Amino acid sequence: MTLRKYLVLAGVSIFAPVGDSLLSYGMKQVGNISIHDIPDLLLAIANPWVGLGIVLLLGFFGSYMTALSWADLTYVLPASSLGYVLLALIARFFLHEQVSLTRWLGIALVSSGVGFVTSGPEVTRRPPRRRASDRNIAAEPSR
Amino acid sequence: MRHAISNLNAWLAIVAVVLTSSSGDVLLSRAMKQIGDLSDLRRRRGLIFVAMLVLRNRYFLFGVGCMALAFYSLLYGLSWNNVSLIGPAAASLTFVVNAVGAKIFLHEHVDHRRWAAALLVGAGVVLMAL
Repeated sequence: MTLRKYLVLAGVSIFAPVGDSLLSYGMKQVGNISIHDIPDLLLAIANPWVGLGIVLLLGFFGSYMTALSWADLTYVLPASSLGYVLLALIARFFLHEQVSLTRWLGIALVSSGVGFVTSGPEVTRRPPRRRASDRNIAAEPSR
Repeated sequence: MRHAISNLNAWLAIVAVVLTSSSGDVLLSRAMKQIGDLSDLRRRRGLIFVAMLVLRNRYFLFGVGCMALAFYSLLYGLSWNNVSLIGPAAASLTFVVNAVGAKIFLHEHVDHRRWAAALLVGAGVVLMAL
Protein backbone atom coordinates (compact mmCIF):
# COMPACT_ATOMS: atom_id res chain seq x y z
CA MET A 1 0.00 0.00 0.00
CA THR A 2 1.36 3.41 -1.03
CA LEU A 3 0.54 6.88 0.35
CA ARG A 4 -1.51 7.57 -2.81
CA LYS A 5 -3.69 4.52 -2.11
CA TYR A 6 -4.21 5.58 1.52
CA LEU A 7 -5.25 9.05 0.26
CA VAL A 8 -7.81 7.46 -2.10
CA LEU A 9 -9.26 5.47 0.83
CA ALA A 10 -9.33 8.69 2.91
CA GLY A 11 -11.31 10.35 0.09
CA VAL A 12 -13.85 7.50 0.18
CA SER A 13 -14.06 7.80 4.00
CA ILE A 14 -14.58 11.57 4.14
CA PHE A 15 -16.77 12.36 1.10
CA ALA A 16 -19.47 9.74 1.82
CA PRO A 17 -20.51 10.63 5.42
CA VAL A 18 -20.29 14.41 4.82
CA GLY A 19 -22.32 14.05 1.59
CA ASP A 20 -24.94 11.89 3.36
CA SER A 21 -25.25 14.45 6.18
CA LEU A 22 -25.84 17.27 3.66
CA LEU A 23 -28.49 15.16 1.88
CA SER A 24 -30.21 14.54 5.21
CA TYR A 25 -30.21 18.26 6.05
CA GLY A 26 -31.61 19.08 2.60
CA MET A 27 -34.31 16.39 2.72
CA LYS A 28 -35.51 17.71 6.09
CA GLN A 29 -36.16 21.03 4.30
CA VAL A 30 -37.91 19.29 1.39
CA GLY A 31 -40.25 17.36 3.73
CA ASN A 32 -41.99 13.97 3.54
CA ILE A 33 -42.54 12.54 0.04
CA SER A 34 -45.47 10.15 -0.39
CA ILE A 35 -45.07 6.97 -2.45
CA HIS A 36 -47.76 8.45 -4.80
CA ASP A 37 -45.56 11.50 -5.51
CA ILE A 38 -42.31 9.73 -6.43
CA PRO A 39 -41.53 12.29 -9.25
CA ASP A 40 -41.13 14.88 -6.46
CA LEU A 41 -37.87 13.09 -5.58
CA LEU A 42 -36.40 14.40 -8.84
CA LEU A 43 -37.27 17.98 -7.83
CA ALA A 44 -35.51 17.47 -4.46
CA ILE A 45 -32.18 17.90 -6.34
CA ALA A 46 -33.04 21.61 -6.71
CA ASN A 47 -32.49 22.08 -2.96
CA PRO A 48 -28.94 23.56 -2.53
CA TRP A 49 -28.01 21.25 0.37
CA VAL A 50 -29.13 18.21 -1.63
CA GLY A 51 -27.15 19.59 -4.62
CA LEU A 52 -23.99 20.10 -2.52
CA GLY A 53 -24.44 16.63 -1.04
CA ILE A 54 -24.59 15.21 -4.57
CA VAL A 55 -21.34 17.03 -5.52
CA LEU A 56 -19.54 15.47 -2.52
CA LEU A 57 -21.02 12.07 -3.36
CA LEU A 58 -19.59 12.42 -6.89
CA GLY A 59 -16.17 12.96 -5.25
CA PHE A 60 -16.82 9.82 -3.22
CA PHE A 61 -17.75 7.91 -6.39
CA GLY A 62 -14.49 8.85 -8.17
CA SER A 63 -12.37 7.80 -5.17
CA TYR A 64 -14.41 4.62 -4.73
CA MET A 65 -14.00 3.57 -8.40
CA THR A 66 -10.24 4.19 -8.18
CA ALA A 67 -9.99 2.10 -4.99
CA LEU A 68 -12.00 -0.76 -6.52
CA SER A 69 -9.64 -0.83 -9.51
CA TRP A 70 -6.74 -2.06 -7.32
CA ALA A 71 -8.41 -3.59 -4.24
CA ASP A 72 -11.13 -6.13 -3.39
CA LEU A 73 -14.64 -4.94 -2.51
CA THR A 74 -14.37 -6.74 0.86
CA TYR A 75 -11.19 -4.72 1.55
CA VAL A 76 -12.37 -1.28 0.36
CA LEU A 77 -15.70 -1.20 2.23
CA PRO A 78 -14.45 -1.88 5.79
CA ALA A 79 -11.18 0.03 5.21
CA SER A 80 -13.07 3.16 4.16
CA SER A 81 -15.53 3.09 7.09
CA LEU A 82 -13.26 5.27 9.26
CA GLY A 83 -15.46 8.16 8.12
CA TYR A 84 -18.04 7.19 10.75
CA VAL A 85 -15.35 7.42 13.42
CA LEU A 86 -14.15 10.73 11.99
CA LEU A 87 -17.66 12.23 12.20
CA ALA A 88 -18.02 11.16 15.87
CA LEU A 89 -14.59 12.61 16.74
CA ILE A 90 -15.46 15.91 15.02
CA ALA A 91 -18.75 15.97 16.96
CA ARG A 92 -16.88 15.40 20.27
CA PHE A 93 -13.80 17.60 19.92
CA PHE A 94 -14.87 20.39 17.52
CA LEU A 95 -18.63 20.66 18.05
CA HIS A 96 -18.30 19.74 21.78
CA GLU A 97 -21.22 17.31 21.56
CA GLN A 98 -21.70 14.61 24.19
CA VAL A 99 -20.54 11.23 22.82
CA SER A 100 -22.15 8.36 24.76
CA LEU A 101 -20.38 5.21 26.00
CA THR A 102 -22.27 3.11 23.38
CA ARG A 103 -20.97 5.38 20.64
CA TRP A 104 -17.36 5.07 21.92
CA LEU A 105 -17.87 1.28 21.89
CA GLY A 106 -19.11 1.56 18.29
CA ILE A 107 -16.01 3.62 17.42
CA ALA A 108 -13.81 0.90 18.95
CA LEU A 109 -15.59 -1.85 16.95
CA VAL A 110 -15.34 0.06 13.63
CA SER A 111 -11.66 0.88 14.28
CA SER A 112 -10.81 -2.73 15.10
CA GLY A 113 -12.68 -3.89 11.96
CA VAL A 114 -10.63 -1.44 9.89
CA GLY A 115 -7.45 -2.65 11.63
CA PHE A 116 -8.35 -6.30 10.88
CA VAL A 117 -8.91 -5.78 7.16
CA THR A 118 -6.04 -3.36 6.48
CA SER A 119 -3.52 -5.74 8.05
CA GLY A 120 -4.25 -8.26 5.28
CA PRO A 121 -3.65 -8.17 1.51
CA GLU A 122 -5.84 -5.67 -0.43
CA VAL A 123 -6.54 -7.94 -3.40
CA THR A 124 -7.21 -11.65 -4.07
CA ARG A 125 -4.28 -12.92 -6.13
CA ARG A 126 -5.30 -14.81 -9.29
CA PRO A 127 -3.41 -16.25 -12.26
CA PRO A 128 -2.64 -13.42 -14.76
CA ARG A 129 -5.48 -12.71 -17.22
CA ARG A 130 -5.77 -10.18 -20.05
CA ARG A 131 -7.77 -7.13 -19.01
CA ALA A 132 -10.17 -5.04 -21.13
CA SER A 133 -7.67 -2.13 -21.18
CA ASP A 134 -4.85 -4.38 -22.47
CA ARG A 135 -7.13 -5.80 -25.20
CA ASN A 136 -8.05 -2.25 -26.31
CA ILE A 137 -4.39 -1.19 -26.41
CA ALA A 138 -3.47 -4.30 -28.40
CA ALA A 139 -6.34 -3.70 -30.86
CA GLU A 140 -5.13 -0.17 -31.70
CA PRO A 141 -2.91 0.12 -34.80
CA SER A 142 0.75 0.71 -33.98
CA ARG A 143 2.10 4.18 -34.73
CA MET B 1 -50.62 4.99 13.26
CA ARG B 2 -48.60 7.70 11.53
CA HIS B 3 -45.49 6.53 13.44
CA ALA B 4 -46.07 2.92 12.25
CA ILE B 5 -46.46 4.03 8.61
CA SER B 6 -43.31 6.14 8.91
CA ASN B 7 -41.35 3.15 10.30
CA LEU B 8 -42.73 0.78 7.64
CA ASN B 9 -41.73 3.16 4.83
CA ALA B 10 -38.29 3.69 6.40
CA TRP B 11 -37.61 -0.08 6.64
CA LEU B 12 -38.89 -0.67 3.09
CA ALA B 13 -36.42 1.99 1.97
CA ILE B 14 -33.60 0.36 4.02
CA VAL B 15 -34.23 -3.05 2.36
CA ALA B 16 -34.29 -1.38 -1.07
CA VAL B 17 -31.05 0.53 -0.33
CA VAL B 18 -29.26 -2.62 0.90
CA LEU B 19 -30.28 -4.74 -2.12
CA THR B 20 -29.65 -2.13 -4.81
CA SER B 21 -26.41 -0.74 -3.35
CA SER B 22 -24.95 -4.23 -2.79
CA SER B 23 -25.79 -5.21 -6.38
CA GLY B 24 -24.25 -1.92 -7.55
CA ASP B 25 -21.07 -2.46 -5.49
CA VAL B 26 -20.59 -5.98 -6.87
CA LEU B 27 -21.18 -4.83 -10.49
CA LEU B 28 -18.87 -1.80 -10.14
CA SER B 29 -16.16 -3.89 -8.54
CA ARG B 30 -16.37 -6.40 -11.41
CA ALA B 31 -16.17 -3.54 -13.94
CA MET B 32 -13.11 -1.99 -12.28
CA LYS B 33 -11.31 -5.35 -12.04
CA GLN B 34 -11.94 -5.88 -15.79
CA ILE B 35 -10.52 -2.44 -16.62
CA GLY B 36 -7.47 -2.45 -14.31
CA ASP B 37 -5.72 0.15 -12.11
CA LEU B 38 -7.31 3.51 -13.07
CA SER B 39 -4.42 5.68 -11.84
CA ASP B 40 -1.88 3.59 -13.75
CA LEU B 41 -4.02 3.67 -16.93
CA ARG B 42 -4.58 7.44 -16.63
CA ARG B 43 -0.82 7.99 -16.41
CA ARG B 44 -0.14 5.80 -19.45
CA ARG B 45 -3.14 6.59 -21.70
CA GLY B 46 -4.73 9.83 -20.43
CA LEU B 47 -8.01 10.71 -18.72
CA ILE B 48 -10.24 10.60 -21.82
CA PHE B 49 -9.12 7.07 -22.70
CA VAL B 50 -9.88 5.92 -19.13
CA ALA B 51 -13.28 7.68 -19.12
CA MET B 52 -14.25 6.03 -22.45
CA LEU B 53 -13.10 2.64 -21.21
CA VAL B 54 -15.18 2.97 -18.02
CA LEU B 55 -18.29 4.37 -19.78
CA ARG B 56 -18.27 1.54 -22.36
CA ASN B 57 -18.21 -1.20 -19.70
CA ARG B 58 -21.67 -2.76 -19.34
CA TYR B 59 -21.08 -3.87 -15.71
CA PHE B 60 -20.26 -0.26 -14.88
CA LEU B 61 -23.49 0.98 -16.54
CA PHE B 62 -25.65 -1.61 -14.71
CA GLY B 63 -23.79 -0.80 -11.48
CA VAL B 64 -24.48 2.93 -11.85
CA GLY B 65 -28.17 2.10 -12.53
CA CYS B 66 -28.33 0.14 -9.27
CA MET B 67 -26.55 2.97 -7.42
CA ALA B 68 -29.08 5.47 -8.79
CA LEU B 69 -31.92 3.27 -7.49
CA ALA B 70 -30.11 3.03 -4.11
CA PHE B 71 -29.74 6.82 -4.03
CA TYR B 72 -33.44 7.47 -4.65
CA SER B 73 -34.40 4.74 -2.14
CA LEU B 74 -32.17 6.56 0.38
CA LEU B 75 -33.83 9.91 -0.38
CA TYR B 76 -37.25 8.25 0.00
CA GLY B 77 -36.19 6.77 3.36
CA LEU B 78 -34.75 10.09 4.57
CA SER B 79 -38.06 11.78 3.82
CA TRP B 80 -39.72 9.38 6.32
CA ASN B 81 -37.15 8.96 9.09
CA ASN B 82 -33.87 10.31 10.50
CA VAL B 83 -30.47 9.71 8.94
CA SER B 84 -29.42 8.26 12.33
CA LEU B 85 -31.70 5.26 11.61
CA ILE B 86 -31.57 4.98 7.81
CA GLY B 87 -27.81 5.57 7.36
CA PRO B 88 -26.37 3.11 9.91
CA ALA B 89 -29.04 0.41 9.36
CA ALA B 90 -28.52 0.43 5.59
CA ALA B 91 -24.72 0.72 5.87
CA SER B 92 -24.27 -2.08 8.42
CA LEU B 93 -26.51 -4.53 6.51
CA THR B 94 -24.76 -3.58 3.26
CA PHE B 95 -21.36 -4.61 4.74
CA VAL B 96 -22.61 -8.13 5.40
CA VAL B 97 -24.60 -8.53 2.13
CA ASN B 98 -21.56 -7.23 0.19
CA ALA B 99 -19.26 -9.80 1.78
CA VAL B 100 -21.67 -12.57 0.69
CA GLY B 101 -22.01 -11.06 -2.81
CA ALA B 102 -18.23 -10.62 -3.22
CA LYS B 103 -17.62 -14.25 -2.26
CA ILE B 104 -20.33 -15.66 -4.57
CA PHE B 105 -20.15 -13.37 -7.61
CA LEU B 106 -16.59 -11.94 -7.53
CA HIS B 107 -14.91 -15.07 -6.10
CA GLU B 108 -12.97 -12.91 -3.66
CA HIS B 109 -11.03 -14.70 -0.96
CA VAL B 110 -13.18 -13.64 2.04
CA ASP B 111 -11.10 -15.09 4.89
CA HIS B 112 -11.83 -14.95 8.64
CA ARG B 113 -10.16 -11.57 8.86
CA ARG B 114 -12.51 -10.03 6.26
CA TRP B 115 -15.64 -11.65 7.75
CA ALA B 116 -14.61 -10.34 11.18
CA ALA B 117 -14.01 -6.88 9.71
CA ALA B 118 -17.43 -6.79 7.98
CA LEU B 119 -19.25 -7.92 11.15
CA LEU B 120 -17.26 -5.62 13.49
CA VAL B 121 -17.78 -2.57 11.28
CA GLY B 122 -21.49 -3.43 10.81
CA ALA B 123 -22.03 -3.82 14.58
CA GLY B 124 -19.95 -0.71 15.30
CA VAL B 125 -22.02 1.41 12.93
CA VAL B 126 -25.23 0.27 14.68
CA LEU B 127 -23.80 1.07 18.14
CA MET B 128 -22.67 4.51 16.98
CA ALA B 129 -26.24 5.28 15.91
CA LEU B 130 -27.84 4.30 19.25
